Amino acid sequence: MNVTIVDYYSGNVSSVLNSFKEAAKYKPDLNIKIKLSNKLEDIKNADKLVLPGQGSFKNCINSLKGIDGLEEALKEQVQIKKKFILGICVGMQMFADYGEEDGGSEGLGWISGTVKKIKIPIKFQENCKLPHIGWNGAGFYVVRGPIADKFTNRLGSGEAGDKHFYFVHSYIFHPKDIDNLLGETYYAGQKFMSAVIKENIIGTQFHPEKSGNDGLLMIKNFLCL
Amino acid sequence: MLKNRIIPCLDVKNGRVVKGINFVDLKDAGDPVEQAKIYSDGGADEICFLDITASNENRDTIYDVVERTSKKCFVPLTVGGGVRSIVDINKLLNCGADKVSINTAAVENPKVVLDSSKKFGSQCIVVAIDAKKNGDKWEIFTHGGRNNSGLDALEYAKKMEDNGAGELLVTSMDRDGTQIGYDVDLMSKIASKVNIPLIASGGVGNLDHLVDGIKLGNASAVLAASIFHYGKHSVQEAKEYLDSKGIPVRI
Repeated sequence: MNVTIVDYYSGNVSSVLNSFKEAAKYKPDLNIKIKLSNKLEDIKNADKLVLPGQGSFKNCINSLKGIDGLEEALKEQVQIKKKFILGICVGMQMFADYGEEDGGSEGLGWISGTVKKIKIPIKFQENCKLPHIGWNGAGFYVVRGPIADKFTNRLGSGEAGDKHFYFVHSYIFHPKDIDNLLGETYYAGQKFMSAVIKENIIGTQFHPEKSGNDGLLMIKNFLCL
Repeated sequence: MLKNRIIPCLDVKNGRVVKGINFVDLKDAGDPVEQAKIYSDGGADEICFLDITASNENRDTIYDVVERTSKKCFVPLTVGGGVRSIVDINKLLNCGADKVSINTAAVENPKVVLDSSKKFGSQCIVVAIDAKKNGDKWEIFTHGGRNNSGLDALEYAKKMEDNGAGELLVTSMDRDGTQIGYDVDLMSKIASKVNIPLIASGGVGNLDHLVDGIKLGNASAVLAASIFHYGKHSVQEAKEYLDSKGIPVRI
């Protein structure tokens, strides 16, 4: 299996690469080859894609769109060939139609919705900081179908979110269609989307590559889809 | 609910751990990678390396350490000590560090914080503040606590937030190494001045000090070195203790 981590110069991706290599060790039978690349042939030859992302929405999307032919190649593999893609943090946010950060920019428009800054209500301002940094629980919905079930296998379900993942962000994706909501997390008195799914397109607001054993398990689940 | 973080810190010199856990089953007790792995397996929420290599010739040793650690530890890794420029930051991030902490360079050239947070994102820029009490205020020290910049710690903290720091790592120079507890007065004053998370550091001698750092100092995360070394307390014990005191932690 060929897995391509899309390198569009969005900052540090070595953690993503290392964690995927580690998770792949659990599945030697799949003969997983992980590559960090932005070459169009590596996008086309991939069985699965990973879209990381750090920094601002605007920088990321501009950087991705700035690589000749990359957006079209991704679109073809994801929208037409329906290959699995995992978006992480801003990589996931870019699936949206629009991101409000830095004056706003258009996203890839693969999952309908907008990325907006987290609002901290006044009564939470003393204790709830921004960015939302650290380990928080995520609860996954159990009614999103077999792919979602496989992706979140052994990572808990329901509201409580007894599994913890590492977050670092100030913006959140608000999907238009509630059926795209895969997981939720509580912060500053509100619930926000921490994982999305739309058929073959999956994304997490948290960083599975930095979330210890549970994160590695999630990556392994993705590799097994 | 967001959990409070426990961050063990390892001092690394010429690529070797200076203090450290004294476990018999370690193949190489001086190897930072093995020590970091023990901490992350034990539930550490992040790992911090402080590079105290004095000579310039050996400065590259930290890159190898970071690269090897990031292949073994899958929790966030912060690296500080001698981080002076965008070039240094880029190199550390490329080796697999998730965040860098900037100390002296941020005081001498605040623009480095502004530029690096724009280039790499605030999420990976931690500004380390070494503060010492002087009368009724705290002043910022640089060069490992040797030089007094005369800057007011509270104002400086705010300025660093404005420059794009994602977190502040605040060390009380009065308490560092004393094991009598954090300067919670300093921590809580800075925490209420800024909206970004604060990591408390300097002075931890027992598990109650960690509780104080969070409850009284209002820190989002607590950093400690010596209590985790020599097996005095494990990270797991620390977490269970915090949990028993009603502090949300990842167990």
